Amino acid sequence: MSRNLIIGAGLTAFFTGLAALSFLWTPYDIEVLDIPNRLLTPGGAHLLGTDHFGRDILSMVMMGARTSIAVALVAVGIGMGLGVPLGLWAAARRGSLLDDVIMRGNDLVFAFPSLVIAILITAVFGPSAVNAIIAIGIFNIPVFARLTRGAALPLWERDFILAARVSGKGAARISAEHILPNIANLMIVQGTIQFSLGILAEAALSYIGLGAQPPTASWGRMLADAQTLVSIAPHVALIPGFAILLTVLGLNLLGDGLRDWLDPRIRVVRT
Amino acid sequence: MIRFALGRLVSLTASLIVASIVIFAVVEVIPGDPAAFMLGVNARPDTIAALRAEMGLDEPLIARYAAWVSGMVQGDFGMSWTYKTPVATLIADRIWVSLPLAIYALALSTLVAFPAGIYAASRRGGAGDTAIMGATQLGVAIPNFWFAMILVLVFAINLRWFSAGGFPGWADPWAAIKALTLPAIALALPQAAILARVMRSSLLDMLGEDFMRTARAKGLTCRQALWRHALRNALIPVLTIIGLQFSFLLAGAIIIEQVFFLPGLGRLIFQAISARDLIVVESVVMLLVFTVIMVNFIVDLTYAAVDPRLRARA
Repeated sequence: MSRNLIIGAGLTAFFTGLAALSFLWTPYDIEVLDIPNRLLTPGGAHLLGTDHFGRDILSMVMMGARTSIAVALVAVGIGMGLGVPLGLWAAARRGSLLDDVIMRGNDLVFAFPSLVIAILITAVFGPSAVNAIIAIGIFNIPVFARLTRGAALPLWERDFILAARVSGKGAARISAEHILPNIANLMIVQGTIQFSLGILAEAALSYIGLGAQPPTASWGRMLADAQTLVSIAPHVALIPGFAILLTVLGLNLLGDGLRDWLDPRIRVVRT
Repeated sequence: MIRFALGRLVSLTASLIVASIVIFAVVEVIPGDPAAFMLGVNARPDTIAALRAEMGLDEPLIARYAAWVSGMVQGDFGMSWTYKTPVATLIADRIWVSLPLAIYALALSTLVAFPAGIYAASRRGGAGDTAIMGATQLGVAIPNFWFAMILVLVFAINLRWFSAGGFPGWADPWAAIKALTLPAIALALPQAAILARVMRSSLLDMLGEDFMRTARAKGLTCRQALWRHALRNALIPVLTIIGLQFSFLLAGAIIIEQVFFLPGLGRLIFQAISARDLIVVESVVMLLVFTVIMVNFIVDLTYAAVDPRLRARA
């Protein structure tokens, strides 16, 4: 196992653990304001200090981890859940009109600046975590569709697929039973990368006020609140940023590490 | 080449038509009555009726869509409900902040990424390569609006080299460029990291090619072969990424403009959202999508002109 994989898995496990722990316990209740103890520096009773309302930053980071991970995870789920079947379908009917329509549709979604459309969606439907998920999820669909089709096409030429066809299996069964298991590794790696992009997108949307709404804690929102305080209490702005940075870095390293670990060809080249 | 260009032109037109239908549908059909949506729950019925008439909402959908598109083609983006000014004027004012910002960031990102990527590829596996690749991992993981806040903290608040935000206008070009410098750096960081990685891996792919072995066999040093043969070929995927990045830069500018209080398209669209000024939102989004599709079209044509193989494949 590579160093990337270990560091990446460690960071990912740490932040996922924080998010999971927040369901059971946080050091303080983040909905209780404690103005006399506002903007405390890290240390003492508040390990990471307090914000401008006297809320415990560690507790907010834990709750924010939950929001970020939930939004990004569901968005990746939408992308995979729709993109992978579309890609498999396009590959099974390669060269047909259906294939063309699916791939042109993909190109079109790619042509849209994703953030602009996310803003458009939240502008019309109102800002909320659910609309952020939909906005981010839509742009994951073509990523997975294109990757799936690309990986599935060469497999359709292989002998074991021919054998499956001879034994009387239809395109749908072959896609599910023979193609999918062979491209699963690739999907896991891409899923990790899209997960990290989802965390960044969620942070950006909630930073401009179009993501999760208060009182739901989110890292982007914490940064927006901290922006005017950056000169008097830098830690309030630095800590949520580091949380985003480390989570995204962890997921990217995990993705790289998994790719090297799951793909034996690359491993041979490296050793 | 002409057949290739015509083919691209057809798909460009199709993309624009579908994009405009999607935007029109999201903004004008899904909210039900856009006039009631824009005015909010407390609006009086006669105000809503007045806005409905002004927006031409009593016309059938197809007619409204046709009017919107034909207006845009002639440079008429409609009238803003909140500013009481033509949207085209609003856009013309703001674009002189957003466009220079995106171009500035693109230039910075290319200036940093090219040398970094080339150096890393030529020192593959060495300490310099490892350091640059580590830096790019950080670069893609940092949220750029947070990086912008750190830049403000260090260079505006502590060192006082730059102002923390605002834009003085282009009357004094030097002051304008200075005001765009921190935003451009923040915007460029993740793109530079991605571009450096693409540059490196594209070059490394080329180093394994037969023509590189030939170049080395005829007596060129590694460095000469890299500069004369590998770099030119490696630029094709890099060009594609630069084209794609332009759309990220334009969209990313929306957020970075918020951090630095820059009066660009991003702030315009954002204020229009808060004021529910759908006419502005619709037109600015369409303009951004149009720009992105056009840039990608130009990139496609450019590298088809550079590389005949791509023409044949399409």
